[in-house]
Amino acid sequence: MKARVVVMLKDGVLDPQGEAVRHALGSLGFDGVNGVRQGKLIELELAETDPAAAEAQLRDMCEKLLANTVIESYRIELQP
Amino acid sequence: MHAAVITFPGSNCDRDLAVAFEAAGARVTRVWHKDTALPAGVDIVGLPGGFSFGDYLRCGAIAARAPITRALAEFAAAGGPVLGICNGFQVLVETGMLPGALLRNAGLKYICKPVALQVATAESPFTSGWAQGATITLPIAHHDGNYTADPATLDRLEAEDRIAFTYADTPNGSARGIAGVLSENRRVLGMMPHPERAIAPHQGAADGAILFRTLLDTLTPA
Repeated sequence: MKARVVVMLKDGVLDPQGEAVRHALGSLGFDGVNGVRQGKLIELELAETDPAAAEAQLRDMCEKLLANTVIESYRIELQP
Repeated sequence: MHAAVITFPGSNCDRDLAVAFEAAGARVTRVWHKDTALPAGVDIVGLPGGFSFGDYLRCGAIAARAPITRALAEFAAAGGPVLGICNGFQVLVETGMLPGALLRNAGLKYICKPVALQVATAESPFTSGWAQGATITLPIAHHDGNYTADPATLDRLEAEDRIAFTYADTPNGSARGIAGVLSENRRVLGMMPHPERAIAPHQGAADGAILFRTLLDTLTPA
């Protein structure tokens, strides 16, 4: 089973890289970009075939390694 | 005093840290990240600066899950002193042994220069060689030293006098100018500046030597 984990800085945690991208877009003439947040997309291939078990496994992976939950939030997407 | 210095793939201040401990009079054993136990009778463990595991995923994230780090956490839980410098600090926050996290510098640039610091507390085996409020100079060299924690955690660190060092002029966006923090039992210190790169006048500053001498004085039984 394939899965994706999206890791983003939590709301309220300043994202200097996103801000730099926003400024660069502005200087290229893209007006009206009110905010940019930059995160990570992690693709995984799991041996697990049961969606509920896979999600539980991924949640554990996020809590233990893939995200630093002090500053980051994560979202799990299972791909059929 | 017997110090252990852990080397991860990508550590690059491990030898400097060993030299700094030795210059202060300690015996040093170098420990590899795949080791599962610390040498018997170790008095302090040093986590060096560098780019452990290439800073992959997040700075310090992979090192925080290395076999030796489990032994380190047990050592610290039993009251063992730990000094994490730069990437070593990043490893300590990734293990949860110290609160908060280190984000990309606010200016997005890698900063490598000597900076003025205030010794925010003299109440620790690392900092009791200074007076509280003393101004010292140590070099910094990091891209991700922007300390952050939620306001309640920052308040608690202040209330418990656990901020070890603050920047005189914050170069990296760190919350409340924090350059180093102590654990609840005050025996684990994480700091972004490099005391091991400032142990002799020819290095431009020698204030770092005071930290290592203080450790030797406070951790060696009289």
